[in-house]
Amino acid sequence: MQHSTLTAEQVRALIAKGKLKDTLFQALGIFFLGIGLIVIFLLVGDMVMRGAERLNLDFFMNFASRRAANAGILSAWVGSLLVMTVTAFAAVPLGVAAGVYLEEYAKRNWVTEIIEINITNLAAVPSIVYGLLSLGIFVYAFGFGQSILTAGLTLALLILPIVIVSTREAIRAIPAMIREGSMAVGATRWQTCRYHIIPYAMPGILTGVIIGLARAIGETAPIITIGALTFIAFLPPAPFTEVSAGVNAGLFDWLMSPFTVMPIQIFNWTSRPDPAFEINAAAAGFVLMVMVLSMNGIAIWLRYKMRKNIKW
Amino acid sequence: MQIHDQPALKAEARNLNFFYGEAKALKNINMPIYDKKVTALIGPSGCGKSTYLRSFNRMHDLYPGNRYEGEIRFYPDNTNLLSPEVDPIEVRMRVGMVFQKPNPFPKSIYENVAYGLRVRGENNKRVLDDKVEQALKGGALWDEVKDRLNELASNLSGGQQQRLCIARALATDPELLLFDEPTSALDPIATGAIEELVHELKKRVTILIVTHNMQQAARVSDYTAYMYLGEMIEFGKTDEIFIKPNDKRTEDYITGRMG
Repeated sequence: MQHSTLTAEQVRALIAKGKLKDTLFQALGIFFLGIGLIVIFLLVGDMVMRGAERLNLDFFMNFASRRAANAGILSAWVGSLLVMTVTAFAAVPLGVAAGVYLEEYAKRNWVTEIIEINITNLAAVPSIVYGLLSLGIFVYAFGFGQSILTAGLTLALLILPIVIVSTREAIRAIPAMIREGSMAVGATRWQTCRYHIIPYAMPGILTGVIIGLARAIGETAPIITIGALTFIAFLPPAPFTEVSAGVNAGLFDWLMSPFTVMPIQIFNWTSRPDPAFEINAAAAGFVLMVMVLSMNGIAIWLRYKMRKNIKW
Repeated sequence: MQIHDQPALKAEARNLNFFYGEAKALKNINMPIYDKKVTALIGPSGCGKSTYLRSFNRMHDLYPGNRYEGEIRFYPDNTNLLSPEVDPIEVRMRVGMVFQKPNPFPKSIYENVAYGLRVRGENNKRVLDDKVEQALKGGALWDEVKDRLNELASNLSGGQQQRLCIARALATDPELLLFDEPTSALDPIATGAIEELVHELKKRVTILIVTHNMQQAARVSDYTAYMYLGEMIEFGKTDEIFIKPNDKRTEDYITGRMG
């Protein structure tokens, strides 16, 4: 063996040169990260400062009003919550079933290839196109009208690709030896999915669902397209409460109710000429931001809780 | 050794060929598997011994593009395990398997062992409790885990996990148990425990074991088959194969000149 002979000084000089680049890259990284963080803090800080005077209980409990100081977000946050509920109930079973089918059952052939390419493309379709689609299908063809049901289903379509893709990725992360171990004792495909694949994929699926919902809750364009109201001073009928003299609402009547959602309320306020409404918009923007962040927080917490027991 | 003490047949490969797509991985294999005996499959990496083993429980059916030719006859009922009319699930209900790396499910010790029974629709708590205990005793693990059956299987050591996988396979009373290099991921002490267990288990079940370790084959098996490049080169009683192999290639492999 021939050794290249470097003196100790030469070695140290080499290391120093390498470390200088190390330090430079690190500084650059911190600088860019700082820019991103500062922008977010400024935006949130600005919203909080401008909206601070509206951020009290009344703001959450009041309906929209022509007087900025009395206007609140009651119908908007209730609407957002209900729409998200419909979205989740529609997108999760559909998306998980589609993902499990594609990973565990589907034969690899040109049909599944085309389906896969389509799902990837669907994720990139602009949200307003989903709005137009729903206007034609849900509002008119199915006669659901401009309702919570229509909005929920529209957003479910929008996040379906996200749910499918995250389901498939979560399933792919399960080692083949777990599937083989289950099949080796004589389990069917469905038993393997039911006892192993779906439970072990659940943390990943939930993360995808919540990230999808966090995207959906901020969507404005498709909701406007299907005709959500921008000024609304009532709540959807709660099940079994009296809606008019002697008539009680059914369990699912709220699904067919007109509604508004947070981003539309904000959009509406920013387009008013009275500058006082800008305070409302800022406050509502902050509330929406908190809603999205807490959804992401729940996703992280759930994933941590569920993954603790899943080890291979 | 005399011919007349030949034991009963449990299974028999007849003109078995196997293809991964176009690639032929097993070439015309003919071999008996004797009842309540341990048969070891040895040979260099890539010789097809795992492929052969995984034909016995139709594991290859899980992946597209795999194809069998020929038969594996299973006795006493003379079923052809490879027949397209035979459901691979039925085959796996009769033929258990232990894998190279311990693969317990991320569930409790109890649920790991009970799984095969649950798959068969058994939900009676008392039956399950009883069978789980019997299987864990069969896997020589009961004394170590009887007080913590509800703990996660992943908390066990590697050797314990592998014995848990053996118990999981035993719980459903298989007629044939396949071992695919079951000790390659284990330390010598855990390996010793598994080998002892294999020796114990052959009283009740027929065993087919793939091993990389020739000493292991010599220690645990009654019969040994040497495979090379997808072919069955030699099959015979273990002591005869190791003391006086008939084929030059077997001798080269056993004496360490090749492999």
